[in-house]
Amino acid sequence: MAAMENKMNMRNIYFQVKNWFRHMTFWKSIFLILMIAGLYSTVVRFAFGLGAATNLSDKFPWGLWIGFDVLCGVGLAAGGFVVAASVYVFHLDAYKALIRPAVLTAFLGYVLVVFALLFDLGRPWNIWHPLVMWNPHSVMFEVAWCVMLYTTVLALEFSPIVFERFELEKAEKMVHSVIVPLVILGVMLSTLHQSSLGSLYLITPEKTYPLWYSGNLPFLFFLTAVAVGPAMVTIESFLSSRAFHREIELSILSRLGKVSAVALAVYLVLKIEDMINYNLAPYLFTFNLEGILYWTEIVAGVVLPMVLLIIPQVRASKRGLFCSAILIVTGFVLNRMDVSITALERHYAVNYFPSWMEISITMMIVAAGFGVFALAAKNLAVFPKEERAHAENYEVVIVDSESSLEALKHLPETVQVETRVRTKD
Amino acid sequence: MKKQFGILVDTTQCIGCMACEDACADKWGFPHTEVHELSCQKNTVVQQWGETYVPRLCMHCENPACASVCPVGALHKTADGPVVYDESKCIGCRYCMQACPFQVPKYQWNKPNPKVTKCNMCYDRVEAGKQPACVEACPAQARIFGYRDDLLDIAKQKTKDNPRTYIQHIFGETEVGGTSTIYLAGVDFAKLGFKTDLPKTQLPQYTWNIMSKIPDYFVWGSTLMTGFWWLTNRKKKVAEYEANLKRRGTDGSDGE
Repeated sequence: MAAMENKMNMRNIYFQVKNWFRHMTFWKSIFLILMIAGLYSTVVRFAFGLGAATNLSDKFPWGLWIGFDVLCGVGLAAGGFVVAASVYVFHLDAYKALIRPAVLTAFLGYVLVVFALLFDLGRPWNIWHPLVMWNPHSVMFEVAWCVMLYTTVLALEFSPIVFERFELEKAEKMVHSVIVPLVILGVMLSTLHQSSLGSLYLITPEKTYPLWYSGNLPFLFFLTAVAVGPAMVTIESFLSSRAFHREIELSILSRLGKVSAVALAVYLVLKIEDMINYNLAPYLFTFNLEGILYWTEIVAGVVLPMVLLIIPQVRASKRGLFCSAILIVTGFVLNRMDVSITALERHYAVNYFPSWMEISITMMIVAAGFGVFALAAKNLAVFPKEERAHAENYEVVIVDSESSLEALKHLPETVQVETRVRTKD
Repeated sequence: MKKQFGILVDTTQCIGCMACEDACADKWGFPHTEVHELSCQKNTVVQQWGETYVPRLCMHCENPACASVCPVGALHKTADGPVVYDESKCIGCRYCMQACPFQVPKYQWNKPNPKVTKCNMCYDRVEAGKQPACVEACPAQARIFGYRDDLLDIAKQKTKDNPRTYIQHIFGETEVGGTSTIYLAGVDFAKLGFKTDLPKTQLPQYTWNIMSKIPDYFVWGSTLMTGFWWLTNRKKKVAEYEANLKRRGTDGSDGE
């Protein structure tokens, strides 16, 4: 009996896959191309070494995979801890609708960061070494532990959704009973991790271009993560509302926007403090690549979105929120790339630009992330129930009287109607 | 503390014969080449800067940045002085390359199972009571092996006795908190490709300032978070209770 059911399931999956290929769309073909290109580069990377696949060298040991995949990947997952802390620690119940997509993104983000690390590490099969070989002086050691522990915590935070799907009530209850300490642990680990990525660059004061070196690097990284978390949640809400035809939680998102604005304001203060403490004036007014990038970061990525989000009218409009979020995320990515790549190029006297294979592997990882998110959103209750109905191509009509319920019965027969009556309590 | 070994490099003495390069290549099994840049096949080189020949090798810092950043302790400063690398621990993160102020560690970029390469002051030879291969091969006394303290005294004496030959700067005495390889020169070190703006602070100190606060952060942070949880939870409960009271009040009943 069970074997038969299994067989049915397998056939079901087979048909789903077949269907997926039969209805090829623009995005699906892009996805496939990215996967194939990425897989080719993967083979080259592991068969012939990092040198064959990347533009990294003795003069420039860290590139796109550290700068984008790891630094940005972790930062963009910050929505997870911001929303989880708001709901479980600060009891801001309004954000509850956001928690599942935010935690899912964070979890996927971290899994993908680990995945990307497997490409970047020269000996990925030794990735478990920090478990048993300790060096508490190393920021990288701290990063390794944070990634391991926080990924586990995120998996646990997300697990109730999976348990729910497979009706494992006992397990679901068990996780629920420890959710508060779990979230607190998660917040501690992720904030530690966000800031430690900044600490990575503390040890290279003589190599880093002065505009980006600061003893405050860990705090700067933390603050930008707090700012970018809500921005990512906002963008995600917009994208998923388009993909799954659901309404946007505008009032909640506009409140989250305030969080970003405050974080950006504090960040700006620290930045100005650095300008004074490190005497950055000569560098600020030198017209070179570093100067241009720095000002772009500050003006377009920090000041502009901060001002926008302070204006109530902007916060109340979909467009205003979306544009501010895009600005914050772009500024954030620019900042991470600047700290990890631009800031070091002058010292090393090299012009590093990633090879097409480095880019293709990054693109493959990002595409895989999108794919898994879509799959999870379809099969698990990531979004609230009504929205899931949309995702499954149902229309949800909420009516408030008997007569309009009657009216539904006169719909053409091709439309299947399922009614659920909710009585007022 | 055990006395630490070091190497004194006197650039005014080097004649550019490259005997050290060859001896080093033989020691490690590297090919002999005419490329005078440190690489995964060159742990020491001799470079020409103007009139001067400058031997280059790992500086073996007193408190090495490479060892402090290695997440698994694959690099460490031995009690004898040399900074050594343990291939079996390495995960290949290349943070050592990023952190080294002298850009000494190199990488086997074209191997599927790569390792970091750098001079280890011939630690095996030193342990056996011998000199490093490059020092032994040097016909001009441009490289002298000995205890760092003694070498520093020799260097100081040399600069004092021959102020016309030497500039009054011993590179490695204070740079990044001191190194076990120290240099003498006849011209300004900046003209020999050295970085002269290095901080006198041991670089690992910059990270340790932050790292050492983590346990405190963890204790205080989680206590604070739990406090916030308790406060907002209580606020919520009280609000619920009051709402309940109000509802009962409007119902006309007394409530509790």
